[in-house]
Amino acid sequence: MTDQRSQAELVRQSLKRRYRKERRFRAYGITAIAIALAALVILFADIIGKGSTGFLKTTLTLNVQLDGQMMYLDDATDERQLKMADFVEPLIQALIREIPSVTESDRSAVRGLINPYASVTLRDALKANPEWLNTTRTMTFLAHSNVDVYVKHAGNEAYSIKLSEQQRSWVDQLQEKGVIETSFNDVFFQNGDSRDPSKAGILGAVVGSLLTMFVTLILSFPIGVAAAIYLEEFAPHNKLTDFIEVNINNLAAVPSIIFGLLGLAVFINLFGMPRSVPVVGGLVLTLMTLPTIIISSRAAIKSVPPSIREAAEGIGASKMQVVLHHVLPLAMPGMLTGSIIGMAQALGETAPLLLIGMVAFIVDVPDGFFDSATVLPVQVFLWSGSPELAFIERASAAIMVLLAFLMSMNALAIWMRKRLERRW
Amino acid sequence: MQAANLLLLTLVLAMAAYGLGYARSRSLAMPLGGIRHLKSLPFYYGARAALWCALPALVVLALWAAFQGKVIQLLVIGSLPPEMIPADEGRASLLLSKISNVASGALPPDFVEAPIVEAAERLQALRARSRMLMTGLVVSVAVLAGFLGWLRIRPRINAREQVESILKWLFFACASLAILTTLGIIFSVAFETFRFFEKVPFVEFFFGTSWSPQTALRADQVAAEGAFGMIPLFTGTLLISAIAMLVAVPVGLLSAIYLSEYANRQVRSVVKPLLEMLAGIPTVVYGFFAALTVAPFISNLAASLGIEASSQSALAAGGVMGIMIIPLVSSLSDDVINAVPQAMRDGSLALGATQSETMKKVIFPAALPGIMGGILLAVSRAIGETMIVVMAAGLAANLTANPLETVTTVTVQIVTLLTGDQEFDSAKTLAAFALGAMLFLATLLLNVIALKIVRKYREQYD
Repeated sequence: MTDQRSQAELVRQSLKRRYRKERRFRAYGITAIAIALAALVILFADIIGKGSTGFLKTTLTLNVQLDGQMMYLDDATDERQLKMADFVEPLIQALIREIPSVTESDRSAVRGLINPYASVTLRDALKANPEWLNTTRTMTFLAHSNVDVYVKHAGNEAYSIKLSEQQRSWVDQLQEKGVIETSFNDVFFQNGDSRDPSKAGILGAVVGSLLTMFVTLILSFPIGVAAAIYLEEFAPHNKLTDFIEVNINNLAAVPSIIFGLLGLAVFINLFGMPRSVPVVGGLVLTLMTLPTIIISSRAAIKSVPPSIREAAEGIGASKMQVVLHHVLPLAMPGMLTGSIIGMAQALGETAPLLLIGMVAFIVDVPDGFFDSATVLPVQVFLWSGSPELAFIERASAAIMVLLAFLMSMNALAIWMRKRLERRW
Repeated sequence: MQAANLLLLTLVLAMAAYGLGYARSRSLAMPLGGIRHLKSLPFYYGARAALWCALPALVVLALWAAFQGKVIQLLVIGSLPPEMIPADEGRASLLLSKISNVASGALPPDFVEAPIVEAAERLQALRARSRMLMTGLVVSVAVLAGFLGWLRIRPRINAREQVESILKWLFFACASLAILTTLGIIFSVAFETFRFFEKVPFVEFFFGTSWSPQTALRADQVAAEGAFGMIPLFTGTLLISAIAMLVAVPVGLLSAIYLSEYANRQVRSVVKPLLEMLAGIPTVVYGFFAALTVAPFISNLAASLGIEASSQSALAAGGVMGIMIIPLVSSLSDDVINAVPQAMRDGSLALGATQSETMKKVIFPAALPGIMGGILLAVSRAIGETMIVVMAAGLAANLTANPLETVTTVTVQIVTLLTGDQEFDSAKTLAAFALGAMLFLATLLLNVIALKIVRKYREQYD
């Protein structure tokens, strides 16, 4: 009796300790999840914090006196004169008129506020409207990227070092007068890459990504589905089939950069295909995403119940008819879901594309599958390597665009799984 | 005509062949008394004609498109005056890019020698002729084969069986593309790796402790002889992967345990997709985060503590990589933990063990082999990860175990050696392929072992 009671006593005494351990273990789990979620939140907050200003541009609205004498231009229809004329001077003069405290000797400092491409804008405007010569026009120009960064991050020391004390006070004055304004950055969505951050945009990279994804999709989806059908429905159980399966499973785990090496050695060096074109990028990404698509398509085919097959066979359908007429349509939603996820993977992929040369500085928007191009993630990589803060801002903005694409693709996949997939 | 347009044209021709084949089978069946006297449905006769038309044409098109670039290059090089024919592959590729730049108009013809301008013209002429020949050949093959297929339509032939067996072979070809890809990887890295070992001794590569792949470009240049010892890269890769694992394994494993054993359905349905989101973020985004946020943070933090830390510390790259791998570890462990039979859980709880005791003493040991397999897969993912380290880790090949110093990894070196200007024959570019071969072998080995473990373990409870 006493022995039993003392044992119960022992257990009771140890219970407290054990429950404390239990709570601690539970706390570890919660901490782990909190760490993971905090990482996610910090990552997003960091990117939005850095990149949201990338969607804004800073402009100067100036009353420009298009004085022919000052610009060394007397006929605005003459191509040669237009080429030689001085389009910077009217801009400087217009700015000087806006800032009361400025003198002629500050010219170069004033010039530092104007975007290098503003003179091109002015020339194009005059070329389109030759009658504007010797009149005064109110026009809007891009501000210099240093001004852009300073205006968008007022009060942040790190972003203002590129402007002098004097220039900063001018910018403040101009902002008060409404000459310097920020608005939605349409340039960012209309341009290709540029050496000047305020002119740099993602259109070229987005088009390059779309072309590359198109090649990847039209190759990897049919091939992946066909391979999955063969392996699930027709493959005899032999060594060759086993070998194929082992290969697919291993390829799914091969680092993506190895596919870049393959693309470089086979497509570019062996076949002599051009570098940095969407076709080669698409081929490499096809090989990379095929295992994902095959694996998910096989799962989709497997989930079609045998009763469907048996019923079709029972009324005299051939094996191929069973597969193509009955199994495939039923497995299609699952296959599409898997393919969208594979495509999302391919869209975010960077490393193999670096090796096949899609990392070049390309200003023009690509206009075909054989035109040099870059893709969105590579554009992010290129910009984030730049020492200029304005490019970092654009890199974050480009990341936000990329993530928006990826999230909508994943949302589509989830929606399709919910809506179309049948439970048997 | 461009290959893409030609592809479309072939598809249009195939559709035409389908229509004609369909019509012919019907008209052949008419005098016999309707399509029930055909061996197969008219659809199959049409499909048969379409396959006859498209398949040979597509094969020709693919082969032509694959090899025309190389053949034209060889022809252009071969037609140069003898004194200009380049001695090695590196010069040949330089010369070729010059010629194609002239041909595309990127390089004004006044800047280069006359033979190169001629070669550029020849290049353009050859390209035009190749396109014309390709168009002619593909279209005539398609029309001829389609016509033959159409002509040979008889009510007695079993078109369905033929079409089905062709399709089956096509499906088989698609499946065996996986083998071709593997072979392609093996051959492309193996071939260059062998050439690399002709230039750099085996022992130096595997046991050398210094890595500086800068070799002299010209013979008279004073430059360091390149050093190709992979030990510092190897240790750098291991250091970063180890840091990543230190983050990913505890966090991933504990969150998997919490989610599968403690969390209710509601929490699970919210937290799980959020964790998966971490897996869906492109690696370039992690690289951006590591290089521009985490690395400066770490070096500032270290500086305020009075420790010296590099601005490209291994800790930043490894830590962020760990975050990236959390969902992989957590979802793999989740699978394994859920695969442990409920009876084991119930038994332990019935004996009076607390949930954590059940977890630690019963489920975890049972799931351990599977979890180990998952961790191995995660390690293979970490050593093959490229963008995070390219952006956040450095280029300096330091042999160190200090996580606050800069190290470089195998993947970083592959990317640096192969991007930018390159001649394809130097030890530098070949070294990248040798490193690729090592990376491929290492990840392959890890994957094979991991998959074996996971599979073996799964069978135990099935």
